[in-house]
Amino acid sequence: MAQVTIRQLNKVYEGAVHAVKDVNLEIPDREFVVLVGPSGCGKTTTLRMVAGLESITSGDILIGDTVVNDLAPMDRDIAMVFQNYALYPHKSVYDNMAFGLKMRKFDKAEIDKRVQHAADILGIQQLLSRRPRQLSGGQRQRVALGRAIVRNPQVFLFDEPLSNLDAKLRVHMRVELRKLHERLGTTAIYVTHDQVEAMTLGDRVVVMKDGLVQQVGDPMTLYNTPANLFVAGFIGSPAMNFANVTVVGGEGGLWVETKGLKLRLPGALASRAAPLTGKSAVFGIRPEDLRVANSADPAEYSMDCEVEVVERLGSETLLDTRVGSETIVAAVEPMVAVRAREKVRLAVTPDRMHLFDAETEKAV
Amino acid sequence: MVEGGLWRRWVFFYIPLTLFVFVLLFPFYWMIITTFRPDGELYKPWNAVAYQPFWTNNPTFEHILYLFEETMFSKWMFNTLLIAAVSTVISLICGVFAGYALARLNFPWAGGLGTTIFVTYLVPQTLLFIPLADIIRNFGLGDTPWALILTYPTFLIPFCTWLMMGYFKSIPKELEECARIDGASRFQAMYHIILPVAVPGIMSAGIFAFTLSWNEFIYALVFLSSPEQKTVPVGVTSELIRGDVFFWGPLMAGALLGSIPVAIVYSFFVEHYVAGLTGSVKG
Repeated sequence: MAQVTIRQLNKVYEGAVHAVKDVNLEIPDREFVVLVGPSGCGKTTTLRMVAGLESITSGDILIGDTVVNDLAPMDRDIAMVFQNYALYPHKSVYDNMAFGLKMRKFDKAEIDKRVQHAADILGIQQLLSRRPRQLSGGQRQRVALGRAIVRNPQVFLFDEPLSNLDAKLRVHMRVELRKLHERLGTTAIYVTHDQVEAMTLGDRVVVMKDGLVQQVGDPMTLYNTPANLFVAGFIGSPAMNFANVTVVGGEGGLWVETKGLKLRLPGALASRAAPLTGKSAVFGIRPEDLRVANSADPAEYSMDCEVEVVERLGSETLLDTRVGSETIVAAVEPMVAVRAREKVRLAVTPDRMHLFDAETEKAV
Repeated sequence: MVEGGLWRRWVFFYIPLTLFVFVLLFPFYWMIITTFRPDGELYKPWNAVAYQPFWTNNPTFEHILYLFEETMFSKWMFNTLLIAAVSTVISLICGVFAGYALARLNFPWAGGLGTTIFVTYLVPQTLLFIPLADIIRNFGLGDTPWALILTYPTFLIPFCTWLMMGYFKSIPKELEECARIDGASRFQAMYHIILPVAVPGIMSAGIFAFTLSWNEFIYALVFLSSPEQKTVPVGVTSELIRGDVFFWGPLMAGALLGSIPVAIVYSFFVEHYVAGLTGSVKG
């Protein structure tokens, strides 16, 4: 077990594609860190540099106290689970799991003990003599995990390990992975493009875009106080609503205003937004922080919308509405009696309002 | 399969298929029937009484016996087998390593080098034998099996390299990366993981190379002169066509016996062969 330190990490591919830009990250021992972002954001490249499969253009990677920049993958004491599992098709499940130990010259009895133990943890004892092609997707996934576990490495690396599974199995394996981490406590770096996986698995989540780290934090910090427009839009499902607004001074403080929408900024947000007075900004509100207004809701925290689509999901109902030229989605109580093309008044939870600088895209 | 009525299936499927099979197999049938037909029937003019070109009622082994007793056919078979086997092994070893390097090692100019190797394969043998003949003469290898063992790889290695390169590219590179994280060096990863997975590709390349060298004609004709050094294709055509006299019986017997080893090799490995051309097993 060990901590992983990434310092000023850069990767420039031939042809001058700058894939990873000045990434800094401290991962303490036993932590489960998730790198998340859209495709091409540099998350996989970062992981592969930690694994030693990709050369480092500049910067340092430390596992424990050792700089591993120039160590071969085999000397880094890591294990990696790949998206396509990368099981050796000509070897049985047992030999797949034993291969790493054989290469490291463990004796037979120790290999057997470790493989059986890992098979036990993952519930694949009855599959040990099968070939990978005789296994289902979920079973292959377990074998790939088993191959990582037997080595008892300092760090686990996961490269989108669940994205080849169907939706139901993915949810199941997500829970299994979390349990496995609780049990083994090995430091883990996990790459995914799925923000739900990131939120549910990570002790901490690193959001990346265009090779840059956008924000690092525990899942609730990312959800409650996104650092910028990108993180705000990326984390959370359905995604946060955005509206291009102008910050204006008025009765009782600062307001955000656009066609069909005028809301008063609550105290703390208003004082932070003061420098933006008279300038354009982006107003953000999550669908779950909107509800159908009643007569008691003050006018300064509600807006009139025209419902375009009603999506009933059972546990909640999504209203796709139009406010002026902006589309606003609200997640409201399931039994709401609203139909398409009707007018509805939505109330905003004041302390859940977000405001972003239109130029820098940073949170206010 | 063709959709629609019965007549459509006949017109668009069965009849063309039958024609195709007939065109392909008739020469083999002709070869077999000529092998077993006595000379008396072979040289009967077409307008003679009871002329029966497609069948014989008096099958004979005289041509096959002639081949083994009066010519050096068994020696030619041995020569061909030796030359084809050794040049195949040499080409496979070079092709596997070169194909792996071009597919997996990111060295500068890898793409250009791959293309160059392919271009050398496109140089026609009918041109290449001229400079090669000079080299063979300078090294004093003329009229020895080495003349062919060393020249066949000039077209076999590019071929094997390209086939193996394509096959290695179809193997997910994660397999190898995983092996390297598991503790294998690049060479160990290749030996323990990549080569076993690439067996169908290696077998296809081997069968192809073996067949190409077995059937090769022009180099064998140019570089070998004494009858006891010849290969089957050259031996049969040069020793059994004397001037403008064709010894059809032994000629066809030689062709038949010469094609049997290739047929055996194909039928044994046909499944692997097809797998090799259509890509690897997905992990």
